[in-house]
Amino acid sequence: MIRFEHVSITYTDHTQPTLRDINLQLDEGELVLVVGRTGSGKTTLLQAINGLVPHFTGGTLSGRVLIDGRDTRTHPPRDLADLVGVVPQDPASAFVADTVEEELAFGMECLGLSSDVMRRRVEETLDLLGLNELRYRPVMSLSAGQQQRVAIGAVLTSHPKVLVLDEPTSALDPAAAEEILSALQRLVHDLGITVVMAEHRLERVIQYADRVIIVPGDAQPLVIGTPQEMMREAPIAPPVVELGRIAGWNPLPLSVRDARRVAGPLRALLIGQDPPQRVNSHGDSTAELVQAQNLTIRYGQHVALKDVSLQVHSGEVIALMGRNGAGKSTLLNAIVGLRAATAGTVTTQGADPRSLKGTDLLARVGLVPQTPGDLLEATSVAAECRAADRDAKVDPGTTRELLTSLASEIGDDTHPRDLSEGQRLLLALAIVLAAQPPVLLLDEPTRGLDYPTKIRLVDVLRNLAQAGHAIILATHDVELAAGVATRVVVLADGEVVADGETAAVVVASPMFAPQIAKILAPYPWLTVSDVVNSIGPVILRSHAPTSGEAFT
Amino acid sequence: MKAALACGNLAHARWLHPGAWWVWALGLAAAASRTLNPILLVLIIAVAAVVVAARKPDAPWARSFVFFIKLGIAIIVIRVGIQILFAAALGTTTLFTLPSLALPSWMAGVRLGGAVTLESILIAFYDGLRLATIIICIGAANSLASPSRLLKSIPAALYEVGVSVVVALTFTPQLVADVTRVQSARHLRGRVTKGPRAIAGAAMPVLEGALERSVTLAAAMDSRGYGRRNANSAAQQRLAAVLLIGGLMCACFGTYGLVAAGSPWLLSTPMLAVGLLASLIAITWSAKSAIRSRYRPDPWWLPEWLISLSGVFAAGTFLIATWLVPLQMTTPSDPPTWPALPILAVLGLAIALTPAFIAPPLPRVFIALPRAVSAEIEVAA
Repeated sequence: MIRFEHVSITYTDHTQPTLRDINLQLDEGELVLVVGRTGSGKTTLLQAINGLVPHFTGGTLSGRVLIDGRDTRTHPPRDLADLVGVVPQDPASAFVADTVEEELAFGMECLGLSSDVMRRRVEETLDLLGLNELRYRPVMSLSAGQQQRVAIGAVLTSHPKVLVLDEPTSALDPAAAEEILSALQRLVHDLGITVVMAEHRLERVIQYADRVIIVPGDAQPLVIGTPQEMMREAPIAPPVVELGRIAGWNPLPLSVRDARRVAGPLRALLIGQDPPQRVNSHGDSTAELVQAQNLTIRYGQHVALKDVSLQVHSGEVIALMGRNGAGKSTLLNAIVGLRAATAGTVTTQGADPRSLKGTDLLARVGLVPQTPGDLLEATSVAAECRAADRDAKVDPGTTRELLTSLASEIGDDTHPRDLSEGQRLLLALAIVLAAQPPVLLLDEPTRGLDYPTKIRLVDVLRNLAQAGHAIILATHDVELAAGVATRVVVLADGEVVADGETAAVVVASPMFAPQIAKILAPYPWLTVSDVVNSIGPVILRSHAPTSGEAFT
Repeated sequence: MKAALACGNLAHARWLHPGAWWVWALGLAAAASRTLNPILLVLIIAVAAVVVAARKPDAPWARSFVFFIKLGIAIIVIRVGIQILFAAALGTTTLFTLPSLALPSWMAGVRLGGAVTLESILIAFYDGLRLATIIICIGAANSLASPSRLLKSIPAALYEVGVSVVVALTFTPQLVADVTRVQSARHLRGRVTKGPRAIAGAAMPVLEGALERSVTLAAAMDSRGYGRRNANSAAQQRLAAVLLIGGLMCACFGTYGLVAAGSPWLLSTPMLAVGLLASLIAITWSAKSAIRSRYRPDPWWLPEWLISLSGVFAAGTFLIATWLVPLQMTTPSDPPTWPALPILAVLGLAIALTPAFIAPPLPRVFIALPRAVSAEIEVAA
């Protein structure tokens, strides 16, 4: 279906090719997962499939890419539209029409299908993706998960044989991600569509993949294999695989279900063990830094927050979880003074954040927004750091020092736009930290981050908490919450529905439990390192079932 | 035709073809242009308002009718104000006298202030009211017919222009959201969020964001097949577009000539004919060479015929009435007289009111302003 023959791609002002001498053959009905660090060339590989590279991005492509026999050198993307459907990273950015139904029809109109065919396919797609309720809704009024489904539906109506998705679940809450993935699986199984998908959140997708392509970056050759083979060696792996590797399980489980079936002996080891405590690392001298009292925020008819009360102490790391649109961002924005309370109060260190300006605000509370790039407006990293020093009225060089401690590899002359997603996040974090705010808020910090950057972020956050900062993360990433949070607050429809110690909240929840907790339930162990700390790797391994027993 | 009548069940909920609303509204506007009788003009506004109230969908673009009413009032006020201040008094019924200003001789004919008569105010009022009525009729079409559905109905030759307009329409709310996002970011960095410096600081990121989005959108549209065409039809398409735009302009001038009193109909009639012919050729031509098809095009069934004809009928009765009873249609203001009520014109308006009852009811829609956007607007306010 998809064939790459000696493909090398070099962008215009790059000296080195981004991809070199790629040979690849993907068959019909395969679900292929593309993984790799940000900037490794994943997106380039995906875009080469429908000819966006090089027709749209520029650069040179040598060798050839064949899609069902059509050569992308002679077929620009529009001539492959009936074969390849592409869903970009931010689906909202690709919407053309204003309502769901018209959006679904747009591609077919361009292909010139007859109106009864179009009508039938729109209805089928509405059903296939569960969009019927939304058919007359304006696309911009939908939630992120709904938009993602509409974007997938919009390319499916053209009946492509190949579906290319760039991080389809990165912006979604666990439930919405689950919905998207099961829809994709249905497409692969029922319609035989070839799906090529890039995704950082391996724990969500690895179990669905037929093959995995690792893009190592720096024009190194691709590594291709089945998930089982790849996960045995891969430097990055979801928690279930890590646990399997340490415990020596064979075959290596990729899903919670498989792991749970072989984890009986491991669970037996945990009986009577003290579950790990995630204590406030700052010790006992905790001060109350943020206080929300019966906070209600309304936008017109829509109530974003209802009667929320919350106290945050120094040294705490709070994971704020809940569906897309549950009010997480609104709460963060209220704490930093971007949103006025309709009723109730919110104070940070005794002051109303709405009344604070300039350094008074910066020295109390800082927020790294969902798109950290919003904070950056200078033309080089050095200029950005100098501006941050000025804004915070601190000694020149403070921000650069902070940045060096977070990410020393970021050069002074780089344009912030050329940084990777993760580097941009760390730069924004350094800027916010320049004024030393005791309260640090992060909105979806791991969106689009690869594993190594995520590990680095977890380290940074732990250190900050140890130094006495109070941290609130709004996140969909259950593994991040399990790894770093001391407390979890779950919002639903603007109300606090759960608030407590991390293990107590997440273990019981099917939605917010991390993989390890699901495998070891009812025992409240959340991460691989917790398990290793409790029993030690050696004992773990000695209780591994032999491969014969594993699936009987 | 039989099928069309069968499917044109009046009670069946659906969107009316936007073209039908425009024909109806333009018919009313044409009727308004034929009269200076204030009662008739007010009746036309009332007809437009009743129909809008009955068949206006709950969508952002449909909320513009009130704006057009306000615009109409402003037009009347300005027109009367200019008359009072600048124009020479007509008639003899002096209401009050403003202090007048002597102007140099080379500005003879223009005066400032002086006596204000009832007659001149009435003339200005009728004139302003007529223009306001025409504007309000356009406003009615604007809030009854969805702009994006109208764009869907435009001929294939103008398809590309249409898509650009649709995309521009969806960009505006995103731009508003962008501005608020950048303002929030400035707040987070402890910078000023109001005043000229803030605007200067925000302009760059907002523009960059818009540019980046257009590139992404262009790539996405290309990936979905936008711009596919037959191998050798690109030049043909361009020619068809030129022919269509030229033809439509010709037709517009021709129509204006026919409607405006005092222009030679010998010139305007052929112009209209040539314009229409050119447009027709362009439309059939481009329909043949275009690959693209339309999803659920709005049908033109019985209700469309009835509604557009009701507007045309109103215009027709006014035209005939000006010919039969010219004095009743113009309400002489010197000396001031009570306006008459020409039965024929009123009958025409009664027919033009029927769409309020016979237009198919709207489908149940869930249209509301996007939550994020409305929230942003509120915050900005």
